[in-house]
Amino acid sequence: MLAWTCPTPLRDHPRIVMGHGGGGALSAELIEGVFAPAYGGPALAHTADAAEIRIGGARLAFSTDSFVVRPLFFPGGSIGDLAVNGTVNDLAMSGARASHLSCGFILEEGVETDVVARVAQALGEAARAAGVQVVTGDTKVVEAGHGDGVYINTSGVGLIPDGVDLRPQRVVPGDVVIVSGPIGMHGVAIMSVREGLEFGVEITSDCAPLGGLVEAMLAVTRDLHVLRDPTRGGLAASLNEIAAASGTGVVLQERAVPVPEAVGNACAVLGLDPMYVANEGKLVAFVPRDHADAVLAAMRAHPMGAGAAVIGEAVETHPGMVVARTGLGGTRVVDMPLGEQLPRIC
Amino acid sequence: MKYIDEFQNPDLAGRLLDEIRATVTRPWALMEVCGGQTHSIIRHGIDQLLPPEIELIHGPGCPVCVTPLEMIDKALEIASRPGVIFCSFGDMLRVPGTGRDLFQVRGQGGDVRVVYSPLDALRIAEQNPDREVVFFGIGFETTAPPNAMTVHQARKRNIRNFSLLVSHVRVPPAIDAIMRSPECRVQGFLAAGHVCSVMGTAEYPELARRHQVPIVVTGFEPLDILEGVRRTVLQLERGEHTVENAYQRAVTAEGNPAAQAMLSDVFEVADRAWRGIGVIPDSGWRLSARYRDHDAEHRFSVEGIDTREPAECRSGEVLQGLLKPNECEAFGTTCTPRSPLGATMVSSEGACAAYYLYRRLDAGTPGQRPPASAPTASGTPSPVTASLEGSPLA
Repeated sequence: MLAWTCPTPLRDHPRIVMGHGGGGALSAELIEGVFAPAYGGPALAHTADAAEIRIGGARLAFSTDSFVVRPLFFPGGSIGDLAVNGTVNDLAMSGARASHLSCGFILEEGVETDVVARVAQALGEAARAAGVQVVTGDTKVVEAGHGDGVYINTSGVGLIPDGVDLRPQRVVPGDVVIVSGPIGMHGVAIMSVREGLEFGVEITSDCAPLGGLVEAMLAVTRDLHVLRDPTRGGLAASLNEIAAASGTGVVLQERAVPVPEAVGNACAVLGLDPMYVANEGKLVAFVPRDHADAVLAAMRAHPMGAGAAVIGEAVETHPGMVVARTGLGGTRVVDMPLGEQLPRIC
Repeated sequence: MKYIDEFQNPDLAGRLLDEIRATVTRPWALMEVCGGQTHSIIRHGIDQLLPPEIELIHGPGCPVCVTPLEMIDKALEIASRPGVIFCSFGDMLRVPGTGRDLFQVRGQGGDVRVVYSPLDALRIAEQNPDREVVFFGIGFETTAPPNAMTVHQARKRNIRNFSLLVSHVRVPPAIDAIMRSPECRVQGFLAAGHVCSVMGTAEYPELARRHQVPIVVTGFEPLDILEGVRRTVLQLERGEHTVENAYQRAVTAEGNPAAQAMLSDVFEVADRAWRGIGVIPDSGWRLSARYRDHDAEHRFSVEGIDTREPAECRSGEVLQGLLKPNECEAFGTTCTPRSPLGATMVSSEGACAAYYLYRRLDAGTPGQRPPASAPTASGTPSPVTASLEGSPLA
């Protein structure tokens, strides 16, 4: 027998690879290794969904996000909807109701004006639905072949209410973990149209604004500990980030995690794990145990939280790790994704 | 999902586990051959639920892991050439060759595309008649027939700009090679159900007889795996060594004759190198002479590539059950999930990564296998009255 030497992902990348934008460990390495040292300040400040800045007596949440989705229109939404809801939701995770957005378009030479108009229309409608105003913008055009039709960046601000302090460092053992509804829908919807895959029923993106849901939760108690918007990297990435930053462990009851049947089927076919699939209209909350019942009830009473479910809790054991108790009673570690999830061969 | 949920039923799993516990009287080492089974075992925590007497050894049934470095380097070389569209299943993009991977080739301007079927690659070839389209055909008896059919279609439809880079391997010769190792610890096999759904079971009785091991054809859902374990242990306890089919809803003795005919038409059996094991006689396929003009190795003349294997990783011995992950010098020091040396440390399903994670979970002594050492994560969470009521899964 020869010595076994088998595949390993190459971690020392001289060039950017797609995984650097996947929201997992490679993204974190890029931030910690390149951006944070260059910008200065604590690295953690660069990884939160939104920054908190104080101007006068006001606490302002400030966030930015870029959108490069292909195709531009997909079941349940478009790049225009994403551009609004992505930033609105990042702000909502700090407790802020988004008030004003900027919107930068990077257009590829040759893209139909009608397509741009449809995207802008969708963006405007999404902004009105989210109760946010687009107040400034910019447009650039790149040569044909140097873009993917339409790229959008939005930045936004909103006021953080008094008494609200949402940070992973506030998580304590015993906190209850609640997800606002079924997971994995956006990622599977995009994959189905991008790759021409059909899963028996059409899966639509869950793209939606969460500001109203967060307000309803804060109306129950301002003492929520942390909220996250599990987009790239899915629920697994968000929970791992919280576990690592809070120094607590997380235990999930796997059967309690709501996965739509069509999403489960699609993931089974492709060899993906729904926990790692992107969402665009869901949040995960760590709530003090005493308030969990009331917060859950308020979430279920709101249209954006009708499918809310308790999925686990924060624990003292295995700090920084997320562990799922499987349906059969075993346990498995739900690790931080490295880069993008890839369909498995078998 | 119909016919899936039924095979994940916790009550039935509990009954099977009770039967296994009642059957086992001494330690047994079983190997699940297929990477898909390994994935399911880790995904559902099955290894921790089995009695401590039963050790599951993760076999060399991951097509990504056993694809030789030389073949990956050939893929990287072809994918780097101008005018080539290189198509592959997704998880091959992350596998490093000598110094780089397909993701990096793409980052350097190579046209590397993830496809979900070899027929997607054939369609790309049709749509790009001025480009050379290559599909990376790796894997076992499960992925070989559709790849063979694609080459057959390319010939039939005269799509000349399509070729296949072939690195297909066969399971039975690998089982034979593992059993011939003087240090082999495997006492029973859970054979790969999907491989048998194509090839049938005719190749296995001789292996069971020659090596005096029970071989139970096993599926991939939790109940399938537990049933495979139950039957294998029952045979071992009785001193039997026959071939059983515990995956009858997918596997017949004769397999899939149409797929076998396609394999015979397009491929011919050949010696193949397995990463970590070496060359095993008659353990793979190559395109037959009639289809040579669709053979990417021949078309692109990828010879004389300087391939260098790193020496530190001993996961080959881990996969054969010759070494426990934590007995490797690199384990937990120079080799961790954050900076893995081998495939078994790359993903949370890998044997080494599972050990590493459980060791982190378990503040106790390293070195015990996960079923014996993995704690229940935190016991049962304190009740929350609102917990699962009304949940879509409640």
